[in-house]
Amino acid sequence: MPQPLDRVNDFVVKIANVNGSGSASANQLFAKSIIRMGVPATPRNIFPSNIQGLPTWYEVRVSEAGYLGARGGVDLMVQMNPQTWDQDIAAIEPGGYLFYDSSKPLPKSRFRDDVTAIGMPLTELCNQRYADPRQRQLFKNIMYVGALAALLEIELPVLEALIAEQFKGKDKLIPPNVAALHAGADYARAHLPCPIGLRVRRADAVGDRITVDGNSAAALGCVYGGATVCAWYPITPSSSLAEAFARWCQRFRTDRDSGEKRYAILQAEDELASIGMVIGASWNGARAFTTTSGPGISLMQEFLGLAYFAEIPAVVFDVQRGGPSTGMPTRTQQSDLLSCAYASHGDTKHVLLIPEDPHECFELAAAAFDLAERLQTPVFVLLDLDLGMNQRLSAPFGWDEGRRYDRGKVMGFEALEAGTPFGRYLDVDGDGIPYRTLPGTHPSRGAFFTRGSSKDRQARYSESGADYRDNMERLLRKLDTAKEVVPRPVRRDAAEPARDGVIYYGSTSPAMAEALDILEGQGIHLDTLRVRAFPFHDDVAAFVAAHDRVFVVEQNRDAQLRMMLVNECGIDPAVLVPVLHYDGTPITARFITREIAARVPARLKEAV
Amino acid sequence: MTYLAKPKLHHPALPANKLGFTRRDYEGAISTLCAGCGHDSISAAIIQACYQLDLPPHRIAKLSGIGCSSKTPTYFLGASHGFNSVHGRMPAVLTGANLANRELVYLGVSGDGDSASIGLGQFAHCIRRGVNMVYMVENNGVYGLTKGQFSATSDRGSKSKRGVVNTDQAIDLVSLALQLGATFVARSFSGDKAQLVPLIEAAILHQGAAFIDCISPCVAFNNHEGSTKSFDFVREHNEAVNRLDVITPRDEITVDYAPGTVEEVAQHDGTMLRLRKLAGDYDLHDRAAAIRYLLDRQSQGEIVTGLIYVDPEPEDLHAHLGTAAKPLQAFGEAELCPGPAALEKINAGLR
Repeated sequence: MPQPLDRVNDFVVKIANVNGSGSASANQLFAKSIIRMGVPATPRNIFPSNIQGLPTWYEVRVSEAGYLGARGGVDLMVQMNPQTWDQDIAAIEPGGYLFYDSSKPLPKSRFRDDVTAIGMPLTELCNQRYADPRQRQLFKNIMYVGALAALLEIELPVLEALIAEQFKGKDKLIPPNVAALHAGADYARAHLPCPIGLRVRRADAVGDRITVDGNSAAALGCVYGGATVCAWYPITPSSSLAEAFARWCQRFRTDRDSGEKRYAILQAEDELASIGMVIGASWNGARAFTTTSGPGISLMQEFLGLAYFAEIPAVVFDVQRGGPSTGMPTRTQQSDLLSCAYASHGDTKHVLLIPEDPHECFELAAAAFDLAERLQTPVFVLLDLDLGMNQRLSAPFGWDEGRRYDRGKVMGFEALEAGTPFGRYLDVDGDGIPYRTLPGTHPSRGAFFTRGSSKDRQARYSESGADYRDNMERLLRKLDTAKEVVPRPVRRDAAEPARDGVIYYGSTSPAMAEALDILEGQGIHLDTLRVRAFPFHDDVAAFVAAHDRVFVVEQNRDAQLRMMLVNECGIDPAVLVPVLHYDGTPITARFITREIAARVPARLKEAV
Repeated sequence: MTYLAKPKLHHPALPANKLGFTRRDYEGAISTLCAGCGHDSISAAIIQACYQLDLPPHRIAKLSGIGCSSKTPTYFLGASHGFNSVHGRMPAVLTGANLANRELVYLGVSGDGDSASIGLGQFAHCIRRGVNMVYMVENNGVYGLTKGQFSATSDRGSKSKRGVVNTDQAIDLVSLALQLGATFVARSFSGDKAQLVPLIEAAILHQGAAFIDCISPCVAFNNHEGSTKSFDFVREHNEAVNRLDVITPRDEITVDYAPGTVEEVAQHDGTMLRLRKLAGDYDLHDRAAAIRYLLDRQSQGEIVTGLIYVDPEPEDLHAHLGTAAKPLQAFGEAELCPGPAALEKINAGLR
């Protein structure tokens, strides 16, 4: 029989609720309180494609060591949903703990011998305290947070402060919530074995980091990056990006006196209209973006080809989810690389930016507008559900005083008036990027026709093969220019020289960081390269060439990045070993470690 | 003959409008459409209207979808930026462009294939949003550029050039526009410039979504016996409810009319729409009555033309959104970026 787990600041709590019951806010309180005690905690919401009544889980990984990835396994299960009892019990690590609502007695057979069961009659207690059914539901959640605080030694004043902040402005709600909190804690201290083996102890491991979700961070990046037009269509998990943009704009882009808005947000009738509006707005000189997920990208293909060929800036956020088709709307995946990178029929290649955390969501969102206008082309910012919709600790946002936007090559009134020769698709300096003019600029100069059909350098309709090839080749020159201006990959070498390497991207990064530590401990040394953009900088091919084998870790079935590396860089596929996790859950260090270790022959592992 | 480049010189006595532009300054390239195509008449009417309204050509943006009608923006307003987008999607592109810069005049040119089939959704939504634009459908009841297929506005029972009979009910974009809350709805005929030009002028001046369904016969594929959109058929069944003159504040008032035959509608911006009533007591302010009237006349095989409905005090999308008076595309970092200090406050709130 395993000993009950005994760990400080290093465990996983999973709370099983029924969705639509108000548990999300109580669970967030729980996670935030641990962070406020200086201990990194990473919450992840596992929710169904449904509004009310189905199971939902909230998983919090507590890690003073600072590991922010999903670990795998559960040490303390907080079971508040009878629907999922059996699978939740099965998920607990041997020696782990089960906290449950004991209002209804359960037979011993429903429990495990190797798990410490802690029952609290929550429903009964709530029914005694409250008459209103809605109150019973809401305060039950706060009550179990109070009980957990007692069991895990989370400081109650920290929770009280958070409650006060949460209800600032609605101060009448503070006392009842605090009372429910204390009721839960008092009961636990009087009747339950407090503390259990899993405890939170105040530490100083958070630093000045902030806790924010990727979508809100990206939306803020759009505000700072000067976006004025957002056209979008609701789709999980991207809607909260547009909604966050609306909130940030209300706060920062609304004239204090007149109420006039320096932005326009339009919920379009579908994704085709959304991207069409973005293109129209960008064509007319505004910074514009849309936000969507995989199915929306499929719908937008035609317009993306138009923007590519007619060379119009556009910023598209793809918060990826399980595909294909309707797929898994509430699960994470990284499976839209190909449909974004090669969007639309014909020969196209698009710029991709891939942030790893909320800090980069902010940075790359703002950068996307500069890049889209500099390169006069669509730019995709690829998030995923795990990054977009979950709160994550990350470095605080920063912005240089006096930072200017790069509006790219726009020929204005003065230059036109001075007689500067203008041809919409003329490559004046060899970088593949022509000058454009904005509608309404000059009374008699600079007007041209934008179209998706083939044209000459003066934007005149042309069916000549020579004109077409000239155009297509210039677009490749533009892509070469893009290589140099998009974010560089981030390389981190092992302490010891390594023959093998790993390439990864996006939200894989926290699990990767942890896996590397574990593998080091097993004597496996790996250099790593985190890809942040497409087209690939020459550093990527150079990295592969410098190693015998490179593991490419991705969250999709078909090893999409690996495919692109082979095709774009001419790399021998035998050198690139796919490590693929794609069941809709976030990738874990355990998975990466296991997969890589299994492929490293025993003789090559350093004796530990 | 379209292989001839248009000469740049013009007659020295060509009259100029109040901005000093002649009609030639509102023209575009020579049309490559079929000789006699209705669309070319519409292009000429657009040129006429823009010239008469003293509009600066470069402050007009012309957008279209795909099709013969969508090719026409090349043939007018050569000094304006144009955007020939993708099939059925001009409204979205135009809406975005309008959001970016509310100060330009937006002409959206489309066809019945573009707007009544693939683009039916976008047509509906841009009308219901009240995007400030002229939405011109050049309606010939056929897919011309792809050589003669029925379109969704082909009447049931009408015959294609090859003798195939259309069995589907026609979509009437005018009735749809009324249903969707359009604040300016008109129908005209490419063969009647006297009716069409003032309608285009009024549509341009209208500060909301102004929809014009202009029947424009396709000489190549839908001008034969059995077509309900041929020159002959339209001339025989055209029932104009009114004749419009547009009087801007700068115009002189010249003609007197017999009492009771003229209605004057003052628009929000000071222009006056003077309507000579031709159909008794047709009321162009009653949306429901207009829909009923159209259904009645359609059942008799008649094509109702004229200014069918107008709301003289429309609200456009910008008014609904509360956007700044200054065009969004004109703002810079100072007005758009909250700055480092605000960011520090945000960070503090996230700890």
